[in-house]
Amino acid sequence: MDWHQLWVILSTPDNIPIASLLLLVPFYAWYGFRQALANDRLIEQLEADPVLAKTHHRKTQPWQPHWPKEVHVWPYLLKVEFLAAIIVTAILFVWSITLNAPLEEPSNPSLTMNPSKAPWYFLGLQEMLVYFDPWMAGVVLPTLIIVGLMAIPYMDVNPLGNGYYTYKQRKFAIWAFCIGFIGLWVLMVIIGTFIRGPGWMWFWPGMTWDHNRLIFEVNRDLHDLVGITSIWGKAVFGALAVGLYFVLAGWAVHKIITLTEFSRKVYERMTLLQYLALQFFLVFMLLLPVKIVLRLLFRIKYLWVTPWFNI
Amino acid sequence: MAEEGKQEQPEQKTATGLLERVKEEIEPLKEKFQQDLKGLKQPEKTQLYRSMFRVKHDETPRSRSLGVISNVFLHLHPARVNRDAVRYSYTWGMGGISFYLFIVLTFTGILLMFYYHPTKADAFRDILYLEHDVPFGKLLRNMHRWAAHLMIITVWLHMFRVFLTGSYKKPREFNWCVGVILLVLTMLLSFTGYLLPDDQLGFWAVTVGTNMARATPLLGHEGPLGPQLGMTPFNDVRFALLGGSIVESNALLRAYIWHCIAIPVIATTFMIVHFWRVRKDGGISGPAPVMLEKEVRWDRLDESTVRGRG
Repeated sequence: MDWHQLWVILSTPDNIPIASLLLLVPFYAWYGFRQALANDRLIEQLEADPVLAKTHHRKTQPWQPHWPKEVHVWPYLLKVEFLAAIIVTAILFVWSITLNAPLEEPSNPSLTMNPSKAPWYFLGLQEMLVYFDPWMAGVVLPTLIIVGLMAIPYMDVNPLGNGYYTYKQRKFAIWAFCIGFIGLWVLMVIIGTFIRGPGWMWFWPGMTWDHNRLIFEVNRDLHDLVGITSIWGKAVFGALAVGLYFVLAGWAVHKIITLTEFSRKVYERMTLLQYLALQFFLVFMLLLPVKIVLRLLFRIKYLWVTPWFNI
Repeated sequence: MAEEGKQEQPEQKTATGLLERVKEEIEPLKEKFQQDLKGLKQPEKTQLYRSMFRVKHDETPRSRSLGVISNVFLHLHPARVNRDAVRYSYTWGMGGISFYLFIVLTFTGILLMFYYHPTKADAFRDILYLEHDVPFGKLLRNMHRWAAHLMIITVWLHMFRVFLTGSYKKPREFNWCVGVILLVLTMLLSFTGYLLPDDQLGFWAVTVGTNMARATPLLGHEGPLGPQLGMTPFNDVRFALLGGSIVESNALLRAYIWHCIAIPVIATTFMIVHFWRVRKDGGISGPAPVMLEKEVRWDRLDESTVRGRG
């Protein structure tokens, strides 16, 4: 166990935000879900008792009948905002006095940094480079992430859960988003920061970053498993394999979308376009974990090899 | 002599007359001064104060509302909000903190611009100069960098909160899209700033980052079908980003201008829309009263989930 190496990585000033991300994301996830579960208990109570549902104010926050529903922005909101500004300023001052922004040697194109890492918030994309070619990891998938995020409100036809935390009424949406945000984005950033060392190799926390380390990984492409060698054979076989993935993943996604009676109700409300868009983005999102598993467990590099592009 | 004496007398007379006249005229001035002094004890009644603030700041509901509505900086807020929305637990304050950090970054960024030349010869030296010679230069640079990192975290968490509360649902779909664009702009702002110190860290991060652009399908010289469309390292999309085929002085200048002018202007525009839409879409989304499954008309596809606020 190389504690020094661990300390070097953790205490690098630029890594502090990611170290704090390690605490902040779980904290706020817990904070949000705690309120979601409280609301879910209230919802259950109201569903079981229609009389109560008519009279209850329907929030977990305290309420008295003579209280106004709204409060004045001045002072009740402005004082909170003012306080927040002061606290953030204080945090920034303490942070800026105690930790210096990194400054390395002057830039030198002939001296490559190893590992040379993108800024931490893009490490998710750099980590995807392990599993995809740059045109996928650097261009197509980021574009799909942005477009997919923007499409969320137009694909989510579930009318419940607007303006309050809930898990019970939005299980599918919350699972899909948390897998994407926490599992495939924040986790990738954390792996890229704390796990990836020289040569972008995998170093468990506490392993020494050995610049001379070599890993003999024989990566195979999917067609190698069946012994296809001709270019056209590879291209056709790969297209079939990717097509099969789309069919299987689409089937799995459909099963999940229509898993419960409630989710079938939501599904009934969808237009064909909404359904197909949801399928499209989820199938592409699942491509990443599928390729991670294929690579790590079966050492398979490409599913589809053509003279122009590989997937 | 007699003539002289005659002349003197009227002079004395006029001199005493002047004193008396001054005394006489000072009396009312003194009174006015006293009045002014009294007025200063109630500064909110002066013309200066009234011309600035227009409204009384007493504790009546009307004044409290007017104080917010008639203030250019505060009028983004409604006069009154959902009583539970001011709790930290619902919004986590992440949107507001992100905006505050943007202001901090603009402020520190402008100060940094006074000490920085975006040229290969000067950039790195300017950072050293900033760190060692400029008063509070190190603090300034540190604060700019940490505020930028913090802003990315708060923007991510803001998105997470908005998702968990379902706030992107009708009628706020479009504002969610504006928010996604702002999220991307935030990261691009940070990314373009990364190169500016012109050190190894920034240079290689930007090299790694922009190398991906080589692989853009159709538009990059290493991307699928790029070469077939005539893309080379000297005319593809990466060339356009860097102003060259390598990260050099043109790239530094482009990063500088994107970072200091172009993206802030674009982001500010989107922020204006974002804040405006928060109000126009019915204010902050909650905490709203919970809805029950059986209360929704499931057969009506256009059944909106819009309700009155809170």
